[in-house]
Amino acid sequence: MQLAWIDYLLIIIYFSFVLGIGFVLKRHARTSTDFFLSGRSIPAWITGLAFISANLGAQEVIGMGASGAKYGIATSHFYWIGAIPAMIFVGIFMMPFYYGSRARSVPEYLKLRFDEKTRGLNAISFAAMTVFSSGVSMYAMGKLLQLLLGWDFTVSVLLSAAIVLIYTYLGGLTSAIYNEVLQFFLIVAGFVPLVVIGLIDVGGWDGLTARLAIESVSRGFDPGAMTQSWQHMGSPSSNPMGVEWFGLVMGLGFVLSFGYWCTDFLVVQRAMAADSMNSARRTPLIAAVPKMLFPVLVILPGMIAIAVAPRSDIGYAGSGAHGGLAPVQIAGARPQLVAAQTPLAAVRPQGLIPPKLNEAGEPVVGTDGRVALDYDLAIPMMLQHYFPAGMLGLGLCALMASFMSGMAGNTTAFNTVWTYDIYQSYIKPNASDAHYLAMGRAATVFGIAISIAAAFVARQFNNIMDLLQLVFAFVNAPLFATFMLGMFWKRATGHGAFIGLLSGTLAASVHHGLTLPIGAAVGFKGGFLGSVVHTYPSEMAQNFWTAIFAWTTCLLVTIFVSLFTEPRRDEELTGLVYSLTPVPQDRGLPWHKRPGPLAIGVGAMTIVLNLIFW
Amino acid sequence: MDIRLPLGMLFSIVGALLAGFGVATASSQMYRQHSLGINVNIWSGLGMLAFGLTLLWLAKRKTA
Repeated sequence: MQLAWIDYLLIIIYFSFVLGIGFVLKRHARTSTDFFLSGRSIPAWITGLAFISANLGAQEVIGMGASGAKYGIATSHFYWIGAIPAMIFVGIFMMPFYYGSRARSVPEYLKLRFDEKTRGLNAISFAAMTVFSSGVSMYAMGKLLQLLLGWDFTVSVLLSAAIVLIYTYLGGLTSAIYNEVLQFFLIVAGFVPLVVIGLIDVGGWDGLTARLAIESVSRGFDPGAMTQSWQHMGSPSSNPMGVEWFGLVMGLGFVLSFGYWCTDFLVVQRAMAADSMNSARRTPLIAAVPKMLFPVLVILPGMIAIAVAPRSDIGYAGSGAHGGLAPVQIAGARPQLVAAQTPLAAVRPQGLIPPKLNEAGEPVVGTDGRVALDYDLAIPMMLQHYFPAGMLGLGLCALMASFMSGMAGNTTAFNTVWTYDIYQSYIKPNASDAHYLAMGRAATVFGIAISIAAAFVARQFNNIMDLLQLVFAFVNAPLFATFMLGMFWKRATGHGAFIGLLSGTLAASVHHGLTLPIGAAVGFKGGFLGSVVHTYPSEMAQNFWTAIFAWTTCLLVTIFVSLFTEPRRDEELTGLVYSLTPVPQDRGLPWHKRPGPLAIGVGAMTIVLNLIFW
Repeated sequence: MDIRLPLGMLFSIVGALLAGFGVATASSQMYRQHSLGINVNIWSGLGMLAFGLTLLWLAKRKTA
């Protein structure tokens, strides 16, 4: 990929604005509340956009594009059964406790509701997780820029870290939120033209359906398996994801999504920065509207990338006629193409997606005998394919912005949890506010330093990161059971929560250690406890069921232990538990300012989307 | 600081640049090569410029 001067110019302008915002907002970060919670003064539409933008990091843009190419429209389940219901739930039911209790972080809510040890467990695992995922983000970006543009890995990592450091150090959460909003609009501006041109090229949704039908059949599925989201979920073997509806709804829709959107401080912190209870509750609901439309921006390009014929490929019959390719022609052209090419070119990219290469630069062949594709390159290849100089720079800007806002989101969540939940609680309580503000800034510096170190470790030993992510998944899986019981069952006790969390994590690791996705080797993928009790049709199915086991164990153990331990008195739990908290009143406000009607509207739109792509 | 100010400025500048670049390169082969002959720089640039100016106008109206 070659960049022109205009591309560099656009990238430079964008980053000057990013840094400029940090410098302007420096004077607004005078107290620790300003720095960590934006002084609880941000209007709902801004916190709403930041709410989804903080999550719109590398995994989202690159990963959802990759999944779109791999699984087709079924990837939208991550949005329409996963994220949106959870966002509605957090806004309507959980925000009154997060915002109303004046807790400054999610772990601090656990301290108020349960006890010190539950908070400690959550704070430490969360802090560790954020710095490492920020490191993984940097690593992914460094690798991508090296591959696409030939930029030096070390320079890319250090430069991006420096930019994130400067603006979060100066402006704290406000600066991160403002930049997240900037990045949100940049992603939209960069990806809408990509989708429009891509769709014109493949002949609209109908053309895409026809092309993906061939792809789908060639993988051994029904023609509609990549363009219909629910119809093929009856059994794991009839859809590319390898999951069935129950595991999907319970594992992804309930446990994993609710666990992430309702308890992850990275996103909840954005709502906590809102200027009022009403704004805090509307934050996830406002966020849900663009969120439910995102599949168009991030999943569709992946689907187009696998469906479109590479133009440079002269072996293709009629490759010059865009959108006019008849399905029969494509099917007939493939074998002929392979025969006519040299061996290396025979493993031609599928659509625009190149094959995955091993260390020696040779294509990797999967267990099924097919060449494995590097799906993570779906989106970058789309940018290169469809964008001329100018838009290419803007598209790359959007991509880099998403990596950086992911890092900044992690950094601001880390420095808050570190300062309030670890430093102030266990290391130095009762210091002045100025002291904690200084500590927050220092935490920003060393948090990013650890992330950089993690990025380089990830480059050296890929397995360490796999291991860490596995451990974090085990720690996270049961969390939602703890919060649900904490918020809706006043009898739940601190001992119950703590032991429940540990048991849930243990259950997750035991389940993972005794099962294996089909075709995988024993190790990080599972089976490490010696025997394999069950084999799942896909990695995703295994993950969903690990989460279901962890959640159920945590729920049952917490209930059991709570019944045998001393509950807290009702007075101590006011504002922390549903039955002891007055429901926030919003009568008399116009409908768009009331969480209830908003939630119903958002829910109805999501159902309609599910039905359209059924 | 009103966020619409930096946002509006960024989109106006980038939009104007893109559209200008699009006009200057209107006869270039690259649009045929990449974007199906559509001058995507002009269209996206104008869209961004319009969005940016709207935000600036809204921010100005609030303070005035």
